Amino acid sequence: MVFAHGFGCDQHMWRFVAPAFEGAYRVVLFDYVGVGGSDLAAYDVDRYSSLDGYASDVVEVCEALELTDAVFVGHSVSSMIGVLAARRAPERIGALVMVGPSPRYIDDDGYVGGFEPDDIDGLLASLENNYLGWSSQMAPVIMGNPDRPELGAELTESFCRTDPKIQARFARATFLSDNRDDLVQVMAPTLVLQCSDDVIAPEAVGRFVHRQIPQSTFVQLRATGHCPNLSAPQETIDAIEGFLGSL
Amino acid sequence: MPSRASSGASSEHGPPRAAPRADAAFYLALVEDDPEELYEHAPCAYLSSLPDGTIVKVNATFLSWTGYDRDAVVGRRRFQELLASGDRIFYETHFAPALRMQGQVREIAVELVTRAGQRLPVLVNSVLELGQDGAPHVVRTVIFDARERRSYEAELVAARRRAEESEARARTLAATLQSSFLPPQAPSIPGLDVAGAYRPSGDGTEVGGDFYDVFETTAETWGIVLGDVCGKGPAAAAMTAVARYTILAAGLRAASPAAVLQTAHEALLQHQRDRFCTAVYMTVQRSSGNAWTATLACAGHERPLRIDADGTVDRIGRFGRILGMVSQHRSTDVSVLLRPGDRVVLYTDGVTEARRDGELFGSDRLIDLLVRMPAASDARQTADAIVDAAVDFQDGRTVDDIAVVVLSVPGAEQLGSAVGASSR
Repeated sequence: MVFAHGFGCDQHMWRFVAPAFEGAYRVVLFDYVGVGGSDLAAYDVDRYSSLDGYASDVVEVCEALELTDAVFVGHSVSSMIGVLAARRAPERIGALVMVGPSPRYIDDDGYVGGFEPDDIDGLLASLENNYLGWSSQMAPVIMGNPDRPELGAELTESFCRTDPKIQARFARATFLSDNRDDLVQVMAPTLVLQCSDDVIAPEAVGRFVHRQIPQSTFVQLRATGHCPNLSAPQETIDAIEGFLGSL
Repeated sequence: MPSRASSGASSEHGPPRAAPRADAAFYLALVEDDPEELYEHAPCAYLSSLPDGTIVKVNATFLSWTGYDRDAVVGRRRFQELLASGDRIFYETHFAPALRMQGQVREIAVELVTRAGQRLPVLVNSVLELGQDGAPHVVRTVIFDARERRSYEAELVAARRRAEESEARARTLAATLQSSFLPPQAPSIPGLDVAGAYRPSGDGTEVGGDFYDVFETTAETWGIVLGDVCGKGPAAAAMTAVARYTILAAGLRAASPAAVLQTAHEALLQHQRDRFCTAVYMTVQRSSGNAWTATLACAGHERPLRIDADGTVDRIGRFGRILGMVSQHRSTDVSVLLRPGDRVVLYTDGVTEARRDGELFGSDRLIDLLVRMPAASDARQTADAIVDAAVDFQDGRTVDDIAVVVLSVPGAEQLGSAVGASSR
């Protein structure tokens, strides 16, 4: 069972969910290249300018661990990264769990993604505005300051490690992607987990994903926001377990 | 007496005597302030929300800044819904996860959208309080008006962008200037296989002093120069230009390499005297059959290496004095025969003085590399292999620039292809 984080954070996003599956599954957590504890020397601007590069990371992780028929759990943009990875290595990925998926964030003719291009520019500005505060806040942690008990030790590896340029590129790759046509080609059984009041992946988008993917199950969560893996871990675990039990 | 004087001074200039002690309530009454008043009208906005962002309490400052009625937000709106749209994405992808995992976030720069639709730049600190069951219970947020600070930060961001652009321009300028120290086209000499390679130092923002050129001097004779002006930066670049173009101009006129270097020396003395230049200048012309005659002079520069078809390495030429510093220059022409299969390597000290942990790459490693290379290696492969070895030796962190020129005399069986390649 491979857990993939979305844009903004790293594998720690799964800390309340992944342990529940450790008994029944071999649980794999990883950070995409460029974030978290990844090797920044492996970062390649061209490769990570589109979601294909991130899908390559997934395929390479699966190959390195010799996984076959894995359950791929993708949060947010990783749902679509999972679609791309499963198409390239169908023998590796046997089922997809999508947490808050969106195949296209920007509205298009007759399609409501929830965003206008200006909103994405606003996000890039927000990232830039928070570059100063975000990095200075994290600087003492990076330096290994032990006097910050409120910061879980593992987080010192986490939020602080994102280079602003890498983050902006990941934001563009995420929010300018369009994977709507890829959905009908998904062969693996798929669970679509839809949050309530999710501005990033609204319900209409989750239902679109469900309609397009042939073998998909749609589950509406009571959890609000975009990160049920943090805000409602038990509900998330229950939904995933229910889906896996039905396979 | 001294003790009285000292105590008198202390009472005159020391701190005033403390007022009679009063409790906190006394002072509070003095200014008619109380905690509730402080909460409501603090010079910052307070906001409490449920873990999902639903606003449960705000202070009057928040309402006056945003223009909302209390009833329109409490229990009805989530904090993130009051943010500009780009900031809402940031909230979902960064702010909320960080708050959940760290228990707090600080100095987050966002814009609140007021009831009138205007944007108010603010800085936000939030703490997440957990309930007795360890689950998230309430989020306490304090919001600071940051219009001034944010406009200052916007200037900083713009300044950083300008600095990045300026660095890019410096890099382009350095690269352009540097390219003028190298031949405009890949060097070629009909009947000979020749290749040059250059690698700037560091990140390429600084102009180095290495240069080389290959040019036809008179019919059937070609001049090859490789040199190094000490130091880096604009002053070294100016001197490099003098050296490179003087040697080119002199080489077109004079047949003797020593005479060409003498002219360069005199030109450099006119330019300045606190910097020096080392160089090798060599002419080549076809001798008999497939052999070539090379005539060269060296000025303070390591003598070129010659590798024959059997892998035997020797140095050619004779040491001469550096250019541009002492008033007397002296170098000597030496002629050697280059046979089919011979290669000649001219290089700057960026190769041999490449350093790793204080250890030099050195001539021995260079010679060893050449001996181990396949005898059939052409000029391009040889030049690239030398640069790669020197760069790898420093783990890619080159502190000096590197220039290499390789001449290779094709064997009888290679001649046809080399002529073809050179005439392109």
